[in-house]
Amino acid sequence: MQTKLWKLALGAVAAAAFSFSAVAETPKYGGTLNFVVGSKIPSYDGHVETTFGMIHPIAPFYSLLMRVNPANPGDPTDFQCDLCEGDVPAGAEGGTLFTFKIRQGVKFHDGTPLTAADIVASWNKIIFPPEGIASARKAFYKMVESVTAPDDFTVVFKLSFPSGSFLPAMADPYAFIYSKKDLDEHGYTWHKMNINGTGPFVFVEHQPGAFVTGVKNENYHHEGRPYLDGFKAISAPKMSARVQAIEGDRASIEFRGFPPKQRDDLVNALGDKITVQESDWNCVLMVTPNHSRPPFDDPRVRKALTLAVDRWGGSQYLSQIAIVKTVGGIVFPNHPLAATEEELVQIAGFSRDLEASRAEARRLLKEAGQEGLSFTLNNRAVDQPYRVVGTWLVDQWKQIGLTVDQQVNPSPVFYDILRKSGDFDVSIDFNCQSVINPIADVSKYLPSAGNNYANFEDAEIEEVYDRLLHAGTFEEQRVIMREYERMVLDEKATQAVTLWWYKINPYRSYVKGWKIAPSHYLAQQLDQIWLDK
Amino acid sequence: MWQYVFKRLLLMIPTVIGAAFVIFFLLRAMPGDVCELKLGGEGAYVDEAQITLCREQLGLDDPLAVQFADFVWGIATLDFGTSMITGRAITYEMGLRFELSLQVAIMATIVAIMISIPLGTLSAVYQNTWIDYIVRTVAIAGIAIPSFWLGILILLALLSISEAMTGTRWTPPLDYVPIWEDPVYNLSMLIWPAVATGYRYSAVATRMTRSSLLEVLREDYVRTARAKGLVEKIIINRHALKNALLPVVTVIGIEFAFLMGGLVVTEQVFNLNGLGNLLVQSVTSVDYTMTQGIVMVIVLVFVITNFFVDILYAWLDPRIRYS
Repeated sequence: MQTKLWKLALGAVAAAAFSFSAVAETPKYGGTLNFVVGSKIPSYDGHVETTFGMIHPIAPFYSLLMRVNPANPGDPTDFQCDLCEGDVPAGAEGGTLFTFKIRQGVKFHDGTPLTAADIVASWNKIIFPPEGIASARKAFYKMVESVTAPDDFTVVFKLSFPSGSFLPAMADPYAFIYSKKDLDEHGYTWHKMNINGTGPFVFVEHQPGAFVTGVKNENYHHEGRPYLDGFKAISAPKMSARVQAIEGDRASIEFRGFPPKQRDDLVNALGDKITVQESDWNCVLMVTPNHSRPPFDDPRVRKALTLAVDRWGGSQYLSQIAIVKTVGGIVFPNHPLAATEEELVQIAGFSRDLEASRAEARRLLKEAGQEGLSFTLNNRAVDQPYRVVGTWLVDQWKQIGLTVDQQVNPSPVFYDILRKSGDFDVSIDFNCQSVINPIADVSKYLPSAGNNYANFEDAEIEEVYDRLLHAGTFEEQRVIMREYERMVLDEKATQAVTLWWYKINPYRSYVKGWKIAPSHYLAQQLDQIWLDK
Repeated sequence: MWQYVFKRLLLMIPTVIGAAFVIFFLLRAMPGDVCELKLGGEGAYVDEAQITLCREQLGLDDPLAVQFADFVWGIATLDFGTSMITGRAITYEMGLRFELSLQVAIMATIVAIMISIPLGTLSAVYQNTWIDYIVRTVAIAGIAIPSFWLGILILLALLSISEAMTGTRWTPPLDYVPIWEDPVYNLSMLIWPAVATGYRYSAVATRMTRSSLLEVLREDYVRTARAKGLVEKIIINRHALKNALLPVVTVIGIEFAFLMGGLVVTEQVFNLNGLGNLLVQSVTSVDYTMTQGIVMVIVLVFVITNFFVDILYAWLDPRIRYS
C-alpha cells in the first residue's frame, strides 16, 4: 500500500514537473487562494517579527528590495530584483559598494509613489533602528556602514568590509519596504497594526484568530502579475484541522509543511488531486550543553555526547515519522559552502563506523571520570520534531551508558530555561533561518552570539569566525568554514547538530506556479501562484 | 425575595475580587517572559535593553500591587486593557470570539435539553425495562466519550459519507460567519461542535433527570395524585417533572457557563476561533492581560449564571421562599 501511495505521489510530482517544463502551461488568471496557517500574527511589522504566522498572511502585501527567485527558490544563490531594477548588483570597490537602481512608477497601496527615500528609510529602520525600536535581524547587517539615496531612483549601500553574507541578507523576506511618509507621519511602530505596501495584494481584512484577506493589486510592478484575484489566509493552529482543510478543499495548501504521516494520509485520500513537493529545510535542531555546569565544561564529555549519536541511521528511520532527514554539519546541506560527505565523516559523530564512534565516546567518558553520567535534557513540548528527536537522543545516549531524563516543557518554560535562567544540563536548541546565508546562519555557534545559550567564551572560535566574515572569495570562505565547523562540532564540541529538517508540502494539484523553498519563510508573496480550476 | 436577590448580587462582588486575586497571582507565578517570547519569537536574538524596554512599556516593572490595582479597576470599568502580544484591546479580541462561543454554548445546551429531558423521563418512567437500559447505555457512553474525540469521529464520518454520496470530501467551513449573515454557512460550521459537546452535556443531564425523577415519583404527593386517579401523563408532566428538574437546571446552568470558555480541545478540533482557543493561545504566549481578561469573563459568566439558576429555583419550586 505504501509503495502504491508513493508511486502515486511521485507520479503527481512528475506530472507537475512535466507540465512546467514540457507543456509550459499558460497561467490562468482569477480565483482566490485559500491557505491555512498554523501560527498567529503577533503584529504586521516584518522588521520586528520572526514568525511564519506573520509572514504567510502579510508578505503578499509588501515588496522587498530584492528577493529569492520565487520560480527557483531551491537555489540558494538565485536572487532577483523586486523593487530594484535589472539584475541584482555586483559589489563595486572591492565588494564594499552596492548600487541599486529603483523601479519607477511603483505606488504604495494608498497611492503614494515609491522612491529611493522609502527604501532608505525602511533599511535604516532595519539596520540602524532608533533607540527603543526593535529590529529582529539588524545583526545580519553588521557590515553595512550607510544606506543613502543619491537621487530619487538610486540606493547605495556602503559596507565597512566586503562580506559574502551581505547579498543573501538583503533578500530577507521580512525586510518589507515601508513608505517614508508613513514612518515620518505615524512613527516607527505604526506598521505593527497597519499595512501599506507595494506588494501584489492589497489588504482587505484581518479578523484576529480567524483569517486575513487580500485582493489583487492592479498596479503591481511585476507585469502581468499576480494571477490570483485574491487570497484568504485561514488560521488553523491544530495540524489535524489543517490536514482536514486540505482534504475537504476548504484550503488548497499549507506553506509550512506536514510530517510524513499526514502526507501519506492526504495522498491516500485524494490521489492525483494532491501534489507533493519536498525539500531540505534550513532548520536544524541542536544539542546545547551548558558549559558553565560540570561536567559539561569538559570537552571530552561534550564530544562523547555527539559521538554517541547515529545520525546516518537516525536519518533513515526518523524521516519516516518526523520532519527531519538530512545529515549535515553546521551549513545548510545543499549549499556550496556545506561539508561534503567525505568532509563530514571526518567530524566526530558523523563517522559511518558507529561502533568505533561509540567506543571512543565510552573511552572519553571513562577518561573524564563520567561513566554512567546522568543528566536532564531540556526539550520543547512540540511534537514535530522536538519531542521525536529528543526521545531519539535519549536512546542514543543510553547506548553509551548515560541516563538521561528528558524534561519536555511548554514553549514559555522551555525558552525561560534555555535563554534566561540557564538552569539546564543539556538543552535542545534550534537554528532556523530564512534565506540560506551560511556565513550569517553559523554565527549561532559563536560564543559571543546573543542567541548562543551554551554559556562559554572562546577567543579562538571568535577569531576564526571573524576571518570567515571578512573572507573575500568563495574558496577562502569554504576553507575557513571547514576550520570553524571542525572547531565547533569536533575539537571543542561546543554544540552538536542533530538532523536537518525536511520540508514536505502536499497541496491541491490545481495550485500552480508554487515551488517549494528550503525555508517556510521564503517566496510567500504569492504573485507567482495561479489556480488551474 | 427581593432582599435575597440583592444579597446574592452583593455576594458577587467579593467572589469576583477573590477570583481576580487568585488569577492575577497564579499567572505571575508561571515561568516565562512575555517580552522574551514576543521579541525572541522563533530564535531571534534580542538584547537585554530591548527586553527591559518592552517590560517597561507593558508595565511589568511596576510593583505587583499597582498592577493588581490596575487589573481590578479594569474589571470594574470593563476595560481589561490591551493584549501584551498583539497590542489590540482585549475587549475587541474577546468580542470577536464571544459571539461564536456563545452560539456554540446555546446550541449545545439546546441539543442537550432536547436529548436529556425526554430520555431521562423515559428512563425513569420505564425503570428497569429495555428502554431504561438503552437510555442508560447511551448516557454512560456520552459521559465516557470525550467531546473532542466524538468531534474527530464526526469529522471523519463527514469526510467518508460526503465522498460516498457526492464523490468529493466535505468538511465544515473554517471561518465563522454570523448566523444573521449566512445561516446555512454558519450552521454548517457550528452544528457539529454543538452536537459533539451537546451529547456529552446531555449524558450528565439525562442521568440527573432520571435519578431526580425516580426520587420524586416515590414522593407521597405523587402517590396521592395516583390514588386520586389522575392520569399518569399529567402526574409526570405537571407534578413530578417540574420538581425533578431542580437539580437538572443546576447542572445545565453550570455546564452552560463551562461551555463559554471550556471548549478548548473541541474548538481546536473544529478550528473554531472561540474563547477557549484564545485562552490557550494567551496562556502559551504568557499574555497576562489577555489571560486575566478571558478568565475574568468566564468567572463573570459563572457567577451570573449561578445567580440566575438560584432565581430559577424559586420559580420552579414554590416551597423555596428565599425571603
